[in-house]
Amino acid sequence: MKVLVVDDEPDVQPLFMQRFRKEIKNREVEFSFALSGEEALNYLHRDGSEIVLILSDINMPGMSGLDLLKEIRHEHLSAPPYVMMITAYGDQENYQQAMQNGANDFLTKPVDFNSLKEKLKTFVS
Amino acid sequence: MSIVPFLIAVLLVRSIRNTLKTFNHPKKWDQWANGSNSAIVFIFIIQIIFRHEHIFDWIWDFILLAIVGIIYQEEQLHPVKAFGLSIVPYVVVSLIKNGLTLFSSEFDNKWSGYVGTAQAFAIVWIFASWFTSNRQQKAMEKEREKRRQEEELNRAIAARKVELEAMVKERTAALQQQKEELQHALAELRTTQDQLIQSEKLASLGELTAGIAHEIQNPLNFVNNFSEVSAELVDEMEEELEKGDVKEASAIAADIKQNLEKIRHHGKRADGIVKGMLQHSRNNSGERQLTDINNLADEYLRLSYHGLRAKDKTFNATMTTHFAENLPKINIVPQDIGRVLLNLFNNAFYATQQKQKTAGAAYKPEVTVSTSFTDTFLEIKVKDNGMGIPEEIQDKILQPFFTTKPTGEGTGLGLSLSYDIVVKGHSGSININSKEGVGSEFIINLPLRT
Repeated sequence: MKVLVVDDEPDVQPLFMQRFRKEIKNREVEFSFALSGEEALNYLHRDGSEIVLILSDINMPGMSGLDLLKEIRHEHLSAPPYVMMITAYGDQENYQQAMQNGANDFLTKPVDFNSLKEKLKTFVS
Repeated sequence: MSIVPFLIAVLLVRSIRNTLKTFNHPKKWDQWANGSNSAIVFIFIIQIIFRHEHIFDWIWDFILLAIVGIIYQEEQLHPVKAFGLSIVPYVVVSLIKNGLTLFSSEFDNKWSGYVGTAQAFAIVWIFASWFTSNRQQKAMEKEREKRRQEEELNRAIAARKVELEAMVKERTAALQQQKEELQHALAELRTTQDQLIQSEKLASLGELTAGIAHEIQNPLNFVNNFSEVSAELVDEMEEELEKGDVKEASAIAADIKQNLEKIRHHGKRADGIVKGMLQHSRNNSGERQLTDINNLADEYLRLSYHGLRAKDKTFNATMTTHFAENLPKINIVPQDIGRVLLNLFNNAFYATQQKQKTAGAAYKPEVTVSTSFTDTFLEIKVKDNGMGIPEEIQDKILQPFFTTKPTGEGTGLGLSLSYDIVVKGHSGSININSKEGVGSEFIINLPLRT
């Protein structure tokens, strides 16, 4: 399963790699990273067909996570990915906007990796 | 003939009385004059009744002498002195006549012609003297009257002067009071200004709080996540070691070490933010210290952005930084320059946010910070592609209390305080390039050696 993580904080990358160390090792999951909405879109356009799940931060300079979500839902990709939105502000407004724009799930920072793992497991099955 | 001394006595008393009238005299003199008059009239009546002329001739002589004596003794009666003196010859002649009458019964025949003539002369002398005295007295009275009028005039002038002085005093007191009131108002204004500056600081701190919360939350999340994952990694490492896979175990150890480094990094990041916040809210102006402007600008750019986003979550902007490499550290008051930068960033984001409300979807808000330096100056440029500042208000925006924001949203002190901090506090300069509808650029120049 290929997952794209979009966050403007570079340290998110080693964190995911370590948190999912076993899963990566067992080839259950494979991570790609993008530091901005624009970068994520480029990645999806270039070789995103294998991406089945996108985890995106909402608060990012430039193109926000919500903008990215709109773009993805707008483009009618052949196999639309499952999108989970993450934000530091666990507020109703962002949640509703994300849901309205076609987000599949919603996570709040700090990310609870155990529940994320559970979600990924149910998603795979 | 005894009516003559009676008349002289009456005239004398009258003269004395007139003289007394012209100045303030004790009441006893009036009583004296009245008493004398009554006495003279009384004696005259007795004389008429008893018809004993010889004795009354003596009595009149003594009465007249007594009156002359009184005139001579009293200084106040000086004006009638001449008149009094004119009586003396008559009295002398009268005494001689009386004396002769006493000693010789043939007096009538031998001397009466001479004595009568002398007496007549003396009487004429008295009346002439009385007439002169009367005239003098009238002249004197006139003079006195004139002097009295002058005195009255002087008194009126003096009274007016006192009145005017009182008015001047009153006016001066009123002016003094006004001055004091104005001084009080000025002091109050100064206090209010200080309070306003303080509340401006607090307002910008309030705007900062949301940004700070976000900025602290992120590193704290990393600290928590990396420490949790490190604990897991230690377990895994132990498992690997039990299995004997030393290579894998040492790879995990390297990861753990890296994580500890990251924990430290993010801890320090949070620490820096808290310190910056404390510095920002500090009341007294801090001390100058060597500061990395790139770090300072980056820190406040993020705080400003997140502060605005906390209020308007739909707002997004691109933050671009062009930081000069090897930028020399500069000796400044970091919290003051930080406040200036925060203000410029807030304004820049506000300008783009306002433009976004009217511009189409293609509009991408962007705020750019650039730093550069020469031998003598360090330059910070804050640029936005927001609404821009209309030309007619460009020279007003640095004035205190000037704001384009709706009432209650801006104090109008931000840029004016920034100007004071840069120009007065750091001997630098602020320049503005702006075009309405295109964007604004604020350029701060700070001298490197101060």
